[in-house]
Amino acid sequence: MPHDHDHDHNHDVPHSHEGMSSSGHPYRADQDQPLTYWQNMEIAMRELLIEKGVTTELEVMHTIDQMDSRSPADGAKVVARAWCDPDFRARLMADASEASREMGFDIGALKLIAVENTADIHNVIVCTLCSCYPRNLLGFPPDWYKQRAYRARVVKTPRAVLREFGLELPDDVTVRVHDSTADMRYIVIPARPQGTENLDETALAALVSRDSMIGVARAASPE
Amino acid sequence: MTDTNDKTDTPPATQTDGRRWHDMGGLEGGPIVADDHDFALWEKRVDALQVITSTKGYFTVDGLRRCLEDMGPEAFETMSYYERWVVSVNQNLLESGVYSNTELGAKMAEVAARGLTYGDCAQDGDSGHDHD
Repeated sequence: MPHDHDHDHNHDVPHSHEGMSSSGHPYRADQDQPLTYWQNMEIAMRELLIEKGVTTELEVMHTIDQMDSRSPADGAKVVARAWCDPDFRARLMADASEASREMGFDIGALKLIAVENTADIHNVIVCTLCSCYPRNLLGFPPDWYKQRAYRARVVKTPRAVLREFGLELPDDVTVRVHDSTADMRYIVIPARPQGTENLDETALAALVSRDSMIGVARAASPE
Repeated sequence: MTDTNDKTDTPPATQTDGRRWHDMGGLEGGPIVADDHDFALWEKRVDALQVITSTKGYFTVDGLRRCLEDMGPEAFETMSYYERWVVSVNQNLLESGVYSNTELGAKMAEVAARGLTYGDCAQDGDSGHDHD
């Protein structure tokens, strides 16, 4: 099978680091490029849905605002709470959807499962069939999560894949790879770093990256 | 699954093992390359329209995936993520009867006649990337 073209060839798109998006990424140039067939289809579909009364311009904007407001900072708050509050941690491990709702996050009908990293076990998540991801707590998935290389390889050679992310695991640590579905998704609760006994929840949350909640990194150590 | 030793990276001897193209777990793949881009406005709109119309019951996530999977590996290799999504959402909406192919064709011709760029044709007030 050929490799994924997206993967290897879209890094030469020039971008300035001025004008980052709300999520801290550079914007893709789109509005000023010639209209593509698929962009045309989006416009047509949206206008037809509005004309037919299925949705409104406002509802589309509101939905995008909601998507943009979700970021890994949400998941990081859940992780930091679990590190600080043993009762919350127990509820999170029993039912991550319900525990996240308790903190005010909209999880929808999704069954969310928290998997916890320890000294002996390292968890990593994937969706081998498509791109299922705990969006409600982490926002949009990174591109590599949706592409062939990660999906194909992480279930077979996870240690090699993790090494590519700069994460070298000792041989005596068991690696568990969790394959998501549309209705059942995972979030990794990274191990609490050493030397953080005196940090409060806010300071702890700042150590929890997106990648650490996917399982391709550890939580950061304090400065 | 549990992994304690993954030093080998042998591809499967055959891919005629009954799996469909999108069932990629355990197959070969190149190196992971971290990408770091936000999505374009038109892509976020595709996502939003999927959320809105599926939440309102016009189709299900299974319908979305059926179309994506039926597009086959060529589409996966040559089209971007939201290009595939717009095809799938549109197909599901056509099947649900929200609008017809004739209406879609007429609307796409109308959109194309408005100008050259997405900004022109989407009739967004400005050429910025955000809606606020």
